[in-house]
Amino acid sequence: MMQRTLWIGLAIMAFLVPLGIVVPQVFGSGGAWGEWDAATLGQMLGFLPDGLRRYAGMWNAPFGDYDIVMVRSRPLSYLAAGVIGGAIVGAAVYILSKFLSKPVARPQEHE
Amino acid sequence: MHIPDGYLSPQTYIPMFAVTGAFWAGALRKLKTQLHAKQIPYLAMAAVFSFLIMMFNIPVPGGTTGHAVGAAIVALLLGPWTAVFAVSVVLIIQALVFGDGGITALGANCFNMAVIMPFVASWVFRLFRGQGGQRLSLAAFLSGYVGLLAAALATAVELGIQPIIAVSTDGRPLFAPYPLSVTVPAILIGHMFLLCIVEGMVTMLLLRYFYRHDPGMLKEAEAL
Repeated sequence: MMQRTLWIGLAIMAFLVPLGIVVPQVFGSGGAWGEWDAATLGQMLGFLPDGLRRYAGMWNAPFGDYDIVMVRSRPLSYLAAGVIGGAIVGAAVYILSKFLSKPVARPQEHE
Repeated sequence: MHIPDGYLSPQTYIPMFAVTGAFWAGALRKLKTQLHAKQIPYLAMAAVFSFLIMMFNIPVPGGTTGHAVGAAIVALLLGPWTAVFAVSVVLIIQALVFGDGGITALGANCFNMAVIMPFVASWVFRLFRGQGGQRLSLAAFLSGYVGLLAAALATAVELGIQPIIAVSTDGRPLFAPYPLSVTVPAILIGHMFLLCIVEGMVTMLLLRYFYRHDPGMLKEAEAL
């Protein structure tokens, strides 16, 4: 009963995720401080630190910036990223903790 | 608070992997001996919650945004070691799938949000809840507030020491360019006056909800 309520709460939360895009837009806010991409930081400084040049872009995330490119509207693509990401995270923790929790009755190996 | 690739020098990110790795090993050992099958759905929910709450970007005066992390309430309900595990999985998936936080910075990012934060949150909660727990709401609020603030401070320090330890021969910074005198206020002020309050409120409201509906859960978490 309690668990169902909590899952419903999380589903509601997932559908509110576009607020995380829309509200900052209303206030004209950019991204988080200290998380600029290399191009932006290069512009801010007038040069690009060597280490940044070397490491930035070393990993190409499939859905960078929580953007599912197939979905045109940014708030909706963000919502899709929330739903997909939530499902991946939930499944990953569920499966990993299944392995970690004591197996109820593993059949004993006999020699 | 998710440090990208290229902001931390190897002198920073490698030791951070070592420290965080020790906590990962500790969390896995702890879960292996103590995790009950009936807790598994709660672990999954905790991770989904943390993932989702981090997507609610909140505008901070000064033109940037930030977000709550959710690690404090996870630590209070399921124990700090469980929070280490659940929030680390979230941060790893955020980095790999969504490019939020760097791969090389994963040790540091997990240390800030999945190690420092849950342990500080648990400690603050114990410190303030009082005999018999009559100050639960206050303790929960402070737990979220101070937990996130500690994570923010750790992030600011990791970024701010880069121009001290990694400079090219001509004196230019090789990685994150801003000194502590810039990173600490830039990151901490928005957290102190807004984001930590949000984290504190979320922690308090959820703790009160669970206290009303499943007080046994809090008792179990205290043992962890």
